[in-house]
Amino acid sequence: MVTPALPGSVIGISRELMALRVAAEIEDGSYVNLGIGIPTLVSNWIEGRDIVLQSEIGMLNTGPLAEADQIDQDLINASCQPVTELPGCCYFSIGESFAMIRGGHMDIAVLGAMQVSEKGDLASWNVPASGRGKMGNIGGSMDLAVGARKVIAVTEHVTRTGEPKIVRECIYPLTARKCVNLIVTNLAVIEVVKEGLLLKEIVAGLTTEDIQAVTEPRLIISPDLKEMEL
Amino acid sequence: MNRAYPSVDEAVADVFDNATIALGGFFTAGSPIRLTEALANQGAKNLTIIVQSVGIGNWEVNMLLETHQVRKVICNYPFFRSASRVSLFEQQLRAGEVECEVYPLGTFIEKLRAGGAGIAGFYTPTGVGTLVAEGKECRVFNDKEYLLELALSPDFAFVHAYKGDSYGNLVYRETSRNYNPEMAMSANITIAEVENLVGPGEINPDQVHTPGIFVQRVVKVDRPDIDVTIEVSPEQMNT
Repeated sequence: MVTPALPGSVIGISRELMALRVAAEIEDGSYVNLGIGIPTLVSNWIEGRDIVLQSEIGMLNTGPLAEADQIDQDLINASCQPVTELPGCCYFSIGESFAMIRGGHMDIAVLGAMQVSEKGDLASWNVPASGRGKMGNIGGSMDLAVGARKVIAVTEHVTRTGEPKIVRECIYPLTARKCVNLIVTNLAVIEVVKEGLLLKEIVAGLTTEDIQAVTEPRLIISPDLKEMEL
Repeated sequence: MNRAYPSVDEAVADVFDNATIALGGFFTAGSPIRLTEALANQGAKNLTIIVQSVGIGNWEVNMLLETHQVRKVICNYPFFRSASRVSLFEQQLRAGEVECEVYPLGTFIEKLRAGGAGIAGFYTPTGVGTLVAEGKECRVFNDKEYLLELALSPDFAFVHAYKGDSYGNLVYRETSRNYNPEMAMSANITIAEVENLVGPGEINPDQVHTPGIFVQRVVKVDRPDIDVTIEVSPEQMNT
């Protein structure tokens, strides 16, 4: 039985390694949008690879964060951070940016998650307990979830209080229905398939029972189940 | 044709009470700070403001909230990320002083583009099966569900550009383009503050981003000196 991941406790792999595992999932030649939080860390693992990062504020081939004299107030990413250009970059309006996203041109979106259901429903923008009612920071999340050809949800496997984040039905308001293709957590890699959730990889030292104990829906164990390679 | 105005104050002088105004820009890039400042001084009331975020990534909106000029906001990112941080806008919202409509970002910008392009509304897959769909027509095309979203045509749009000429042609710089082109298209009267105001022929016609027909007024401003190195906490991050 896996102990609930209490704040400060070390369980499974770090956020940096979760990002590394996501990076391994991205094929060369892909156009990718990274959400904020753990998804942003993926950019640390793809430098030098043939992957084009989109910043939805209006840029393709976004480079690393700007430092010192590179900083330019006109060149920022969607997380308000100053960034740099890579050769072959281009700029465009947000209208064009979301035509890329919603129009099916974006190969992969990597998104954070509050909950993912066994059908691949994603909840990522609204916590009812916040007192903000039906309003929340939607930003580009719904368009990315609906429009990207492949959606990778990257998240801690359980909440800070140990509740499963992979659930039968999302309790939190949805970002989109049936949109997540792959879930990468600090404990496992799970693919959303027609039949349900396919457990494909687990972190070294854990068992399938450990993963099932912190996952609400029944997992299908892949015949090719393996240890997560990092 | 000369669309140049001598000052931001004169450019916003006729903004009326109850007007709807789109504000371009995002954080330090392409926000019409000087025009917004002029509007705060001008004092028009009961405004509906269309803007990405409300006093988080778009700090200048706070100037209009402080003077209680805003009645309604249409945005895609209303709050600080952490619910424990309450912005001036959220305080006014909870007090019932302002109303708020939130749209997914792609829907938000497409409503403006449609408004500028003479399209009454459009069907988008974004938001189907979510709270965003409440009360909206849902229709199936080719076995896929879409929501009907309606166009937005504000009375005014304020945009910021790197360069503009007296015909209103605009050139933006890097990611400061962001919301500005669609907002410029959408409005009845678009006012552009520009860092460089040049004469006809001084912008390479192949490099115009917003054609002057969408821009009714151009006014020269100093390049805003904003410290982009201010550390932005995760709570302040957007989208």
